[in-house]
Amino acid sequence: MDTALARTPLAAWLGRHESTARELRLYARIFARSSASLLGLALVLAFLLVAAVGPWIVPYPEDARGAVHLDLKLQPPSADHWFGTDEVGNDIYTRVILGARLSLRIGLIITLVGGLIGVPLGVAAGYVGGLVGDAIMRVTDVFLSVPALVLALAIVGALGPGILNAIVALSLVWWPGYVRLVHGKTLSLKAQTFVEAARAVGTGRLRIVFIHILPNCLSPITVKASMDMGTAILAAAGLGFIGLGAQPPHPEWGAMISHGRNYLPTWWWYSAFPGLFIYLTVLGFNLLGDGLRDILDPKSRA
Amino acid sequence: MLGYVVKRLALLGLMLFGLLCITFAISHVVPGDPARLAAGPDATASMVETIRAEYGLDRPLRVQFARYVRAIVAGDLGRSLRTRETVGSDLLRYFPNTFELVTGAMLIAVGLGVPLGILSAVYRDTWVDHLTRVVSVSGVAIPAFWLGLMLQLLIALDWRLLPLGGRLGLMQTPPEPITHLLFVDALLRGRWATFADALAHALLPMVTLCFPALASIMRVNRAEMIETLKQDYIVNARAQGISDARVVGRYALKNAMVPTLTMIGLRYGWMLGGTVLVETVFDWPGIGLYAVSSAVSGDFQPIMGVTLLIGLNFMLANFLVDLAYGWLDPRTREAGVA
Repeated sequence: MDTALARTPLAAWLGRHESTARELRLYARIFARSSASLLGLALVLAFLLVAAVGPWIVPYPEDARGAVHLDLKLQPPSADHWFGTDEVGNDIYTRVILGARLSLRIGLIITLVGGLIGVPLGVAAGYVGGLVGDAIMRVTDVFLSVPALVLALAIVGALGPGILNAIVALSLVWWPGYVRLVHGKTLSLKAQTFVEAARAVGTGRLRIVFIHILPNCLSPITVKASMDMGTAILAAAGLGFIGLGAQPPHPEWGAMISHGRNYLPTWWWYSAFPGLFIYLTVLGFNLLGDGLRDILDPKSRA
Repeated sequence: MLGYVVKRLALLGLMLFGLLCITFAISHVVPGDPARLAAGPDATASMVETIRAEYGLDRPLRVQFARYVRAIVAGDLGRSLRTRETVGSDLLRYFPNTFELVTGAMLIAVGLGVPLGILSAVYRDTWVDHLTRVVSVSGVAIPAFWLGLMLQLLIALDWRLLPLGGRLGLMQTPPEPITHLLFVDALLRGRWATFADALAHALLPMVTLCFPALASIMRVNRAEMIETLKQDYIVNARAQGISDARVVGRYALKNAMVPTLTMIGLRYGWMLGGTVLVETVFDWPGIGLYAVSSAVSGDFQPIMGVTLLIGLNFMLANFLVDLAYGWLDPRTREAGVA
């Protein structure tokens, strides 16, 4: 029976990757052991799903593009308008759901740009070291010494308000965390025997970086990226709340809360629902990041 | 220890110079036309040209930078178009309010975070631990500005327990300034009613602001405590029959506090960032609200002043934490500047 099975391509493939499969099963078991990680995964999946199919499931898609129905303004939550309506009669449920897509885009861009700037700098600082490394780390420290939101506020102040400028500003201040992370990791990897051995047999610097250093940095980077998705969404919502991020009619959660603020306490639903969605999204990414850390990088748990 | 302090001071100086480079880049290099930006949205073409000549913005960047650093060292941070005051005097007026808000929030965060972290480490995996973890996970995920609004909605507007915002009620006049810190001045002048009113106004903003810090202090303290409680010297102390309270409170806490201290320094800086949002929600007349009001009206110089001040504060906080660290843990002194 064994020989017959081994001849099918699928079984052969499974046979070859048995150790990987076993590892993945172990990961899944560790991950599933924590209900917090599962909750995080569920929240993130729900968020991604909502962002993906948003335009097709919302009842009033035109409400995110600046439609006005003054006859429907500031209605409480009802069967027609699950989260109520805002001051121009737009359906808040529609706007919150469509806001997920915008938030996802904002989070992805900021995290990606942050990583693309930060990871190479971190590797360079850690692997090349010397004067260059010191210089990179000192500049990073300076950037880390001003809260990201304040620095982003200054940059948006210079560029002018708007969603694009908010994304640019946050991307420009997001990379130092990655430099710190990758720098530390690279330093510890550099001292390991396998990297020393690679150097001893004359492997080139770039090759060592790409074959030995970067793949081993992937786990902590993944964990940080997951956390950062949440934090970046939170920061962008903060800029939106101040009035420097997305401008109407963009369905951005922070800006919605800020507009709804003028209608408290009577029309509480205006601010309440967008905030709840920010909270659930950020919570999801944080819990997922925690769960990923448990399986990918158990030593660095704090 | 002296060598360690000198090294840290040199590093602080270097960092401050770096900060000036960043703020210079943001104010002189990033914008399309720095003169236009400094003149504000309502300025006429001739006003922009006046500003350009006055600040030397048509000169090479090298010259501009030297001029910029000289001005800031002399305390000249420009002028606010909105308040018509110099940014320096505005900052002096608003900063004490922010300082009190952040300090109060930090006191709450440490006062609750450290004991809760210990409890959750000692009663690991019980309901106490789970509850604290829910708080600590939520604390980082909840948008501070939204939490503030919801607290206002519930506690100030619905239950009418605490005032909605501001620093003092309409019936109260601020005490004659001595330290310019409202709480301290009210106490020094013996104005108990004013003090109570100020406290009522400060409670909601402080609670809102403290949450992320509370969460991380709790988390770090719990993790450190769990590690420390496994150490040989703790097991030994227990074996000698020393009471639990003494083992945890005296022997373990001291060692577990070192990383917590770093977290406090780090969080102090982040809190200064958080004040930008929290002050906006609660109309708290601090530098955060000042920065936001300026940003919204296109008034650029104040934002740069606030950025510098917050950066300076964060660096000083970390400097003090480094000193405390070197004092608590002599090993860091020998390792030098890591």
